[in-house]
Amino acid sequence: MDEVKRGNAVSRFFRVLGKDLREIGQTFVQGDWKTKISFLVMGFGQLCRGQIVRGLAMLAMEVGLLYFTFGFGWQYLSKLLTLGTVETHKEGRVTVYGDNSFFILLYGILAVVAILALIYLWRVNLRQNREAEGLLARGKRLPSNRSDLASLLDKNFDKTLLALPVLGIFIFTVVPIIFMICIAFTNYDVTHQPPSKLFSWVGLENFKTLFGIGGEGFGGTFFYVLGWTLIWAFFATFLTYFLGMAVAILINKKEIKYKKLWRTILVMTIAVPQFVSLLYVGKMFAADGLVNAYLLKWGWIKTAIPFWTNATYARILIIVINLWIGIPYTMLIVTGLLMNIPAELYESARIDGANAFQTFRKITLPYMLFVTGPFLLTQFIGNLNNFNVIFLLNQGNPKSLQLSKNAGATDLLVTWLYKMTINDSNYKIAAVIGIMVFLVTAIISLVVYNTMPSVKDEEGFQ
Amino acid sequence: MKRKKRITNTICYVVLILMSIIWLFPFVGLVLQSFRGESGGMVAYLVPKEWSLKNYQYLFGGDGKFLKWYGNTLTIALFVSLLQTLVVICVSYALSRMRFRGRKALMNIWLVLGMFPGFLTMICLYFLLKTLGLTEAGAVPGLILISVASSGMGYYVCKGYFDTIPKALDEAAIIDGATRAQILYKMVIPMSKPIIIYTALVAFMAPWCDYIFASYVAFGYERGYNVAVAMTRWVWTNDYQGFFTRFCAGGILVAIPVTILFMCLQKYYVEGVTGGAVKG
Repeated sequence: MDEVKRGNAVSRFFRVLGKDLREIGQTFVQGDWKTKISFLVMGFGQLCRGQIVRGLAMLAMEVGLLYFTFGFGWQYLSKLLTLGTVETHKEGRVTVYGDNSFFILLYGILAVVAILALIYLWRVNLRQNREAEGLLARGKRLPSNRSDLASLLDKNFDKTLLALPVLGIFIFTVVPIIFMICIAFTNYDVTHQPPSKLFSWVGLENFKTLFGIGGEGFGGTFFYVLGWTLIWAFFATFLTYFLGMAVAILINKKEIKYKKLWRTILVMTIAVPQFVSLLYVGKMFAADGLVNAYLLKWGWIKTAIPFWTNATYARILIIVINLWIGIPYTMLIVTGLLMNIPAELYESARIDGANAFQTFRKITLPYMLFVTGPFLLTQFIGNLNNFNVIFLLNQGNPKSLQLSKNAGATDLLVTWLYKMTINDSNYKIAAVIGIMVFLVTAIISLVVYNTMPSVKDEEGFQ
Repeated sequence: MKRKKRITNTICYVVLILMSIIWLFPFVGLVLQSFRGESGGMVAYLVPKEWSLKNYQYLFGGDGKFLKWYGNTLTIALFVSLLQTLVVICVSYALSRMRFRGRKALMNIWLVLGMFPGFLTMICLYFLLKTLGLTEAGAVPGLILISVASSGMGYYVCKGYFDTIPKALDEAAIIDGATRAQILYKMVIPMSKPIIIYTALVAFMAPWCDYIFASYVAFGYERGYNVAVAMTRWVWTNDYQGFFTRFCAGGILVAIPVTILFMCLQKYYVEGVTGGAVKG
């Protein structure tokens, strides 16, 4: 089924491309001289026909993009395949700066993007010319400059609204991601750091290193960290969810007074910035921290409990402290949703003689799971990448000699990635780990999303 | 029957009181430690032996660094909150109310982009900012730029809310001769106050916790730090020359305004997270 779909997509792509090329040819052959010049000087036809706003915009974009590509980008673009060949070296006592692989890659990608944008605009430019010719041939008037500008606040308002956000996301998210994916196929690390050294393409070398078991490979460490990342995300999501729901139901009980007070106390952990609360709580459980001190003073233990230096303790403690952060959040959401459950359901359950636990299991829980399915998924993904809790509490420690590259027992993939970048400048492996995080996230999202009841059966509870 | 109920209630209250103690304990500890006169790291007792204001005096007096950091963070938070809200409103309106070519594709691409871990692109962003001259001394505008530039992808909650405003209202307005722009700022924005406040509040609170990227961008340039970077360093220096208690005092100064703001706007926050949770 998927095969067929993909085949369709490919053939559709080529059909559209073919149609496009034919239309471009027709535009040239059937067009007047104004249109023909527009093939080279974008916006020329529009300017001649009095559509000054469109014409100037097109011309300005062409000049800008061409200048960027050839005036600035070409020196980088031309070296993109080798990432530079001349290393910075000394001639006598003078330092001669060579190629900078980093900027070659970064600006090379930007130049490619600029060329693609230019092609797209060129196509739009041709289409506008053809449309204008068609309108004139049928004796109609062209849209005036004034109406062109006005449409930006009305019919084309989406373009006005989205232009800046899309551009921002493009430059500061899309280009960096493309760049880092490329880094995963280079040998950019501490021994190949521009500007003094070059780095170059190495193919799948880094993937082999990450998955390789034994010797130079990080395979053992990678699967260890991946395993803990999944365990952590599972417990952090579901324990918080069910306990948070229990707390919400408890506070929601008819007999409980001062509901607002209880909720406010719990919500404090959302309000106080995490770097304050988590750093303090982390210190509380240190060997010389408050908790150990009191336990020793009361004589409950003889020696300090190694909360952060024993791998198992550290893992359990992190999950427990995460409850402290997460329960209030779930409680808020569940409280809001509990009011939506029809009261008649509970009423009839009570008449049928169901006890509190049965009503929970048969009414509340199914309803909650149904409604909060997407929320659970985003929570799970969020926890896979939950940098703050791990890093502020104990920086992924305790470290172990069996793990390579500074990884610790509570390191998630993202904290390991961070350490690779900051401590080891091992950018190539960091990039591969980043791609792995993306794959894990994407696979889980796809699988869960397609099995979620609220997606399959939208009307279930309505 | 009545006795059983009373017992259940008592248990409930006991659980709630115990939970309250656990939840408030770290904050009480933080406040008490911030007034502690004795130097050193965390100590084995909660109530300070010598009460003093010297930790706060250090923060306000001396080299004035803390005030600079505080100012940096406040500037970032205010700008990010304002600009991010604007961007999110624009994107949400376009995606919710308008139908244009490539709308679905745009939403899908953004969804996929969101699956890449944020720190992956850290080095690249750093060099992009460096090219623009926005690192170290320019760390504050640099951080604002980075936060705002990608904020369009966080449109989900806001768009979900816009979707619930009936389309018939738009059509009526268009018949009355309103442009799309007028519909946005005369109708949709006034009707979406809760969600706009939620967006602004969340955007305002995030920069106070920003440690990772802020520490990277401002690396080595102390005056460009925000409070999270500066004070995390205090805790981790491990030379307990009074920096732990200063951290506590600074933490209180950071937490108080943010907490008060949050508590005042809690109603809107709850509405936002609940709506967001259901719609995904």
